[in-house]
Amino acid sequence: MDDTILHFDNLTLGYDRHPAVHHLDYAIGAGSLVAVVGPNGAGKSTLLKGIVGRLAPLGGEIRLTGITVSEIAYLPQQVNIDRSFPISVFDMVAMGLWRKTGAFGQFGPDGDRKVGEALDIVGLGGFEKRPIDTLSGGQMQRSLFARLLLQDARLILLDEPFTAIDSATVRDLKGLIHRWHGERRTVVAVLHDLDQVRTDFPETLLLARELIAAGPTENVLSPVNLDQARRLTEAFDDGAAICGR
Amino acid sequence: MGRPYVGDEQQGFIPSGGECVMYDAILAPFVEFGFMRRALVGCLALSLGATPIGVFLTLRRMSLTGDAIAHAILPGAALGYLVAGLSLGAMTLGGVIAGVVVAILSGLVARTTVAREDSSLAAFYLISLAIGVVIVSMRGSNVDLLHILFGTVLALNDAAIFLVAGIATVTLFGLAVIYRPLVMECFDPGFLRSVSPLSPVAHYSFLVLAVLNLVGGFHALGTLMAVGIMILPAAAARFWTHDITPLLVIGVLVAFLSGFVGLLLSYHTSLPSGPAIILTAGAFYLFSLGFGSNGVVITHLRSRRHLEA
Repeated sequence: MDDTILHFDNLTLGYDRHPAVHHLDYAIGAGSLVAVVGPNGAGKSTLLKGIVGRLAPLGGEIRLTGITVSEIAYLPQQVNIDRSFPISVFDMVAMGLWRKTGAFGQFGPDGDRKVGEALDIVGLGGFEKRPIDTLSGGQMQRSLFARLLLQDARLILLDEPFTAIDSATVRDLKGLIHRWHGERRTVVAVLHDLDQVRTDFPETLLLARELIAAGPTENVLSPVNLDQARRLTEAFDDGAAICGR
Repeated sequence: MGRPYVGDEQQGFIPSGGECVMYDAILAPFVEFGFMRRALVGCLALSLGATPIGVFLTLRRMSLTGDAIAHAILPGAALGYLVAGLSLGAMTLGGVIAGVVVAILSGLVARTTVAREDSSLAAFYLISLAIGVVIVSMRGSNVDLLHILFGTVLALNDAAIFLVAGIATVTLFGLAVIYRPLVMECFDPGFLRSVSPLSPVAHYSFLVLAVLNLVGGFHALGTLMAVGIMILPAAAARFWTHDITPLLVIGVLVAFLSGFVGLLLSYHTSLPSGPAIILTAGAFYLFSLGFGSNGVVITHLRSRRHLEA
């Protein structure tokens, strides 16, 4: 691993003083392809929210090297998007060019071409004028990946990108993730399917609020580690004492 | 609309039978009476300003927020009334201040306590409504109370028309400026926040525009009806299109038509003008709900006849 792009330094993130990520120390190298895994409630999504600055740390810090927060591309879980909104696939994907156009910048033929190319890459060529409320779950996820493509980001965060998505779409989108990896972009993805992680992600972060293990995927996803993760996440103790660490 | 030229010049000014009825019913009230023309201009301005705001309110599932802010304006306008009587300036200023304060307060309460935004808004507006009615009845008559609750679109003076038209102008410019971030804020606020710091700018500018338009609508239609010209045309338009740009255009057209038809209805049947306009908008809504291209009837018929795979 050469230079790091993302550094967690004794990081604690949480809601209402309850830590969801507890005293995390880790560094993610530029250009790496990292899976974040762990049981429900392990703090995986919380960690991504912390990285994009939507949640301020309760303790410790997150350091970005060489990029700013607004240069991160972040795909939250799909449930947060209003899928009945009256907007076309083209307009939604074009939002990915925000950093170039901003609130007033001209959106010319160059933008049209880029949106068209991104849609072609995710297999949705010709879908430009479709209203998004007519898309299937898989097609929606493809268009969101097209928007990510246009963001042209060096750090890409994906929160459960393949949950409830058909296998053909998963295959195509994984291809896209590998393409990003080949372009030396850093990709951090929250995932549930451990087989997927083993085949496609060289590096893994196993969380159960505390960091259980991190590093090469094969070592991290050992039965001992997975069992420990399962046992650690269960409690949410309202009477918990103040953490002394 | 031109009338046919019949025979020689003299007859040209006399409409033929059927046209005469149409003329009497539709154009004569506006040609003959200045107050009807003023009311129509007021409705046009309201349609251009308030309805686009209403479209965004419905898209953000904030229709009830609009309602709540409309009520919240009342005590401010009532205080203005208490100080200066039925004065346009005092009531406008009071209304804007009260509306902005309640919009921001309820947002704060929702963000910093366990209460959700809708319940805190409801709490604030119920209190505001009660305070407002108390203040007006402390000094004024029932006529004044009716004026404040239901407006007087037929008695708009020059100053009121300039105010409503000015608000429409500010709104259209304002929406043009915040259009992109506002659309993103409605559709995918998380994405907007991840790429730009403009999310709160879009949100609060939009709230201010909403308050301004409700105050404008308040002068014409009263606190209880002002929100109708925002929400009903916007809700009706949603049954005709899948895209936001036509949605805005259709909304404005429906609102203006409602104003036009509602004023005529009020003129011919002596109904109060504000409720007549809102009722017309309501009729457009119900018609669209049934027969719009995304409406109940058409969707139902279409779903039985499936397309080829």
